[in-house]
Amino acid sequence: MLISAIAQGFLWAILGIGIYTTYRILNFPDLTAEGSFPLGAAVAVTAIVSGIHPVVATLVAVFAGMGAGLVTGLLFTKGKVPVILSGILVMSGLHSVMLFVMQRPNLSLLNHPRLYDAFTGLPNYFDVVIVGIGVLALVISGLLFFFYTSKGQAYIATGDNESMARSLGIQTDNMKILGLVLSNGIIALSGALIAQSNGYADVNGGIGIIVIGLASIIIAEVVFKEVTLGERLVTIVIGSVLYQLLLLGVIRFGFDTTYIRIFSSSILAVFLMTPQLRKGLKLDRLSGKEERA
Amino acid sequence: MSRLLELKQVTKIIENESDKNNTILDHVDLTIREGDFITVLGGNGAGKSTLFNSITGSQPVTSGRIAFNGKPVTNWPEEKRARFIGRVFQDPKMGTAPRMTVEENLLLALKRGQKRHFLPRKLKENHEDFKQLCASVGNGLEHHLDTPTGHLSGGQRQSLSLLMTTLTQPDLLLLDEHTAALDPKTSKRLMTLTNQMIQQKELTCLMITHRMEDALTYGNRLILMENGKVKLDLNQEEKDKLTLEDLFVLFEKEDALETV
Repeated sequence: MLISAIAQGFLWAILGIGIYTTYRILNFPDLTAEGSFPLGAAVAVTAIVSGIHPVVATLVAVFAGMGAGLVTGLLFTKGKVPVILSGILVMSGLHSVMLFVMQRPNLSLLNHPRLYDAFTGLPNYFDVVIVGIGVLALVISGLLFFFYTSKGQAYIATGDNESMARSLGIQTDNMKILGLVLSNGIIALSGALIAQSNGYADVNGGIGIIVIGLASIIIAEVVFKEVTLGERLVTIVIGSVLYQLLLLGVIRFGFDTTYIRIFSSSILAVFLMTPQLRKGLKLDRLSGKEERA
Repeated sequence: MSRLLELKQVTKIIENESDKNNTILDHVDLTIREGDFITVLGGNGAGKSTLFNSITGSQPVTSGRIAFNGKPVTNWPEEKRARFIGRVFQDPKMGTAPRMTVEENLLLALKRGQKRHFLPRKLKENHEDFKQLCASVGNGLEHHLDTPTGHLSGGQRQSLSLLMTTLTQPDLLLLDEHTAALDPKTSKRLMTLTNQMIQQKELTCLMITHRMEDALTYGNRLILMENGKVKLDLNQEEKDKLTLEDLFVLFEKEDALETV
């Protein structure tokens, strides 16, 4: 169970990193994630079932996710639709796209190859751990390379101070589109890997996944403060594993998994409120001191 | 001297909720020649900032034409005009990227208006240059090259903004009350530095200020704006004759008009 939770943590960490590239770096929430994640799953599983090699199928899923991000990006920047609404529109539309791709609401990978088959003969779940670590290494090093190019610095500046970025000649609209494409590609990759680990894809597989992705980011930020960008990406992996262990603990404790989502949301809510709670406590202490003086 | 920037009948009208039109800029004609250092005065709502936004392209104009070196740029987006124009904002937070370090900000500014590629950013290669540049300001900025700018003082951030905008010799430098948010001492130091840079690099500059002394002391031309129009446009000679008292009288008149 423990290894399983850690393995799951690695795969979900990819989602967290995908969300981080827009939510924290560009500074806006992208709800496309709840559509591009199951889209990645649907595309990968359908491709594998129709006889395509799992590696190629996973890559196709990534491109599908990037396409979804592109649509959101164009709606947001060229169509001037607010970003949350753009995301909701695409997420909702993708439901039909997935039904079209799979021709049914869910599709099983039973008796079909998976990406993890390359590492058979290992103890249970170790194949997932190896693939997870390998993919994370690729994604993180790729992103870090990008962030430290001239283009990547312009990308970060766009999220940091948009009006300054524009005054320096950075085409901020293009940066936002680039971010949404990149982010949703990574999110679809996560969806494709998790579907292959679960053995099926489902059109409703995206509900609530933003909470899981955000949880890994927020836990990472609460536990590890003031780190570099590279370290932050690694800490998201740790945050994701911690979150899975937390859920495992809750299930072990006898919590009915039917109602797991309210627990997920509650954990995230508590972590999100932590800075505010700390501030409140500190303020109390300060005013106490003043009274004494 | 050649004409750098020409504004012809530039008008900006903003529609209110009640469909009442509010004219912020009213058929403004303005020609800026190469080498001009113009100080811009005017009360609140005179249209100074909107004039700047029209020049940079961050706000589209309702009507009128804008030409840069004879080339029409009226419909160019801000990103494209950034090649020619450098701007320092009033709010120290506006001019720098807070989570990026001093060096990273300078590196961003080094590529103003250029295409940015998927190639390594080359921070180390510029380290020594940036260090010397920051040291020239004399407020300890050179010791904070790898500090996120969000942690700097307002004065340090504004001097960094000034360094960033002048790093690539802009054709036109716009200063939007860039010393207003600072304490008097820091403000004075930044103004001295600004003047030094403009002289040294022979920049063409438009500077909005609320300090009438600064408007008189610096520059070779003075503009007074009122109700979206250029009310007064004084050249060096006329400006030299002007005293602080004259300016106060002009402003009082404006106030009197406003209250009528």
